[in-house]
Amino acid sequence: MNDLNKIIYNCRKATFLIEKKQLSRLTVREQLELRVHIAGCSICRTFQRQSILINGQVRNIFQSRMPDSTLPEAFKKDLQERINKELEK
Amino acid sequence: MTGLHLAQTDNPAMQKEEGKTTTEKRNTTAPNQWVEQYADYFYAYTIARINDEELARDLVQETFLAGLERLDRFEGKSTERTWLTAILRNKIVDVYRQRSSGLNNDNAISNIDEQDDFFNADDGHWKETHYPKEFARTPDDQLLAKEFHIVLRRCMNKLPSLWIAVFTMKHMDELATENICKELKVTAANFWVIVHRTKLNLRACLQKNWT
Repeated sequence: MNDLNKIIYNCRKATFLIEKKQLSRLTVREQLELRVHIAGCSICRTFQRQSILINGQVRNIFQSRMPDSTLPEAFKKDLQERINKELEK
Repeated sequence: MTGLHLAQTDNPAMQKEEGKTTTEKRNTTAPNQWVEQYADYFYAYTIARINDEELARDLVQETFLAGLERLDRFEGKSTERTWLTAILRNKIVDVYRQRSSGLNNDNAISNIDEQDDFFNADDGHWKETHYPKEFARTPDDQLLAKEFHIVLRRCMNKLPSLWIAVFTMKHMDELATENICKELKVTAANFWVIVHRTKLNLRACLQKNWT
């Protein structure tokens, strides 16, 4: 019970578990601890919601094609010419 | 297999013909089409992972040149694009490794404890000044999402490079934790500490700057 008490009031540990849960698997004990903490801590609930939001947005960044970042045409032309030259060697 | 291709490029007429039939089936390579087909995609791919336009340009170029050198090792098992992407990815990881190696790495890990000011040392409670508060807005349409991404990027750039490397590798290719630890030479325990610290800092930075 003592251990459980510790996590109930420990936001550092709870936020750690929130992060771990999103990227890996929690142990049964960790799941329980987190559930108990989250049920009673609105601050960590806010953190959790935002953390999930951030991860989703980060994934969007990495998966988006970002059409606005394209190479200058001159750079591309030079590069292809260089490749062609290498091919002729 | 690729010897065949090289023979073809010696012949301008055949080269032209191959250019038209680049789309695969047998997974061949057509370096004379690389830039047109992949350069912008690879550039965007790199920019998303390394926020440095000049470096990204260099890496795209190096990827093609490295691909040329290894043409004879392209076995056609994967597509040309997958094969080149793997070369590029390794180059990006090399950059992460360089940026976060040695002194930087030591600093990034020892800083973890020093900066630990989000929570009370004794009971692990949020310090009142660090309470997460609701974001001013949610990025629920495309325009807002774009703004959100800009702020997120800026916030990421403030973090130690090792943290960014860990965070990016985990999220961008959803790599296994063990692989990331091995490539960046961090322990599993430090990996999770870094993930935690990164998110605490990013979240706080977003709350402050995304208004």
